[in-house]
Amino acid sequence: MIKRFLALALLAGIGVIFVALMMSYVPDANLNLTARYYAENTASETGSANIVTAILVTYRGLDTLGEVTVLFLASSIIGLVLSLGNKQNKTLRKLVPVGELLTTGKSYLAPIIMLLGVYVFVNGHLTPGGGFQGGAIIASGMLLLLLSDPLKHFSHALISVVESMSGFVYVSLGVLGIVLTGSFLDNRILPLGDFGDLISAGAIPLIYSLIGLKVGAEFSSMLANLSEMEDLQ
Amino acid sequence: MTYIAMATGFLLILIGFYGVLTNRNLLRMIVAFTIANSGINVVIIAIGYMHGRTAPILDATVSAADALTRIIDPVPQVLVLTAIVIGVGVTALMLVFAYKLYERKGTLDIAKFTELKW
Repeated sequence: MIKRFLALALLAGIGVIFVALMMSYVPDANLNLTARYYAENTASETGSANIVTAILVTYRGLDTLGEVTVLFLASSIIGLVLSLGNKQNKTLRKLVPVGELLTTGKSYLAPIIMLLGVYVFVNGHLTPGGGFQGGAIIASGMLLLLLSDPLKHFSHALISVVESMSGFVYVSLGVLGIVLTGSFLDNRILPLGDFGDLISAGAIPLIYSLIGLKVGAEFSSMLANLSEMEDLQ
Repeated sequence: MTYIAMATGFLLILIGFYGVLTNRNLLRMIVAFTIANSGINVVIIAIGYMHGRTAPILDATVSAADALTRIIDPVPQVLVLTAIVIGVGVTALMLVFAYKLYERKGTLDIAKFTELKW
């Protein structure tokens, strides 16, 4: 009782801070200095129609590399923690049979979902979307496959090859930027092309596709690890 | 519009914190954390929103020349894109730790884990 009261008192305090923040908030009428730079120079400097993508892949590319690394660390730690002390009772438990709807549906839907994921990350510089979203969509296709066949084992070797190769090529493209143009992860190592075309914006589609593959492989390895630990109950 | 989105975000944060503080089941706490996480994302997006403007994507309707007056601030959207992806990783890690704790103690009640209590 006293604990619940304390929790509510704390929340009321935070709520007062939030209300004060909201009351004093005045929406900007114009873009601030950073956003103004991006709005004015993104099209001419990077050739990317999606400004968010241009910031994520080119202007703040180093941060994105760090983010992908954090995700890689998370998926590695999940694999490590789950593999610790999980050697006993390897008996597979009995599973409820999955429905006809799911088994039939997955063979039609899973390839389309994967294709949509690829579409989303290849068009990352033109449409709302990109590597992270596309990777997540690919992983959701993997999740559908796992739901329809919970005992399915994805090839961990294949996942880790895709993951490490895309990471390696991503960093290599960044280093190539230093050699050719003088800045890390510069997209101008390839010609910028015509604004709005699929093959334009220099290296952005290439880098974002690699990020998509890497994120998809990382999420898939998380799913595969989590699903395999469930098999061993 | 900005205020509705922002109020929703703050409300989601409070709901999440309430769930974290009052629930004793680890899985419920993880769900509450993800609710608070979504609330923070909604608030950041609401800060970037500017009335009467459109998404920061240049196409036939928004040319590069009038981008300055037509698009909203792209920076909060980039930050939230990053935060969502990291949020998924953190949630997955929390679930795995909860599973390991359950495996060790056979319970998900946070009050039963007293090793770090003094």
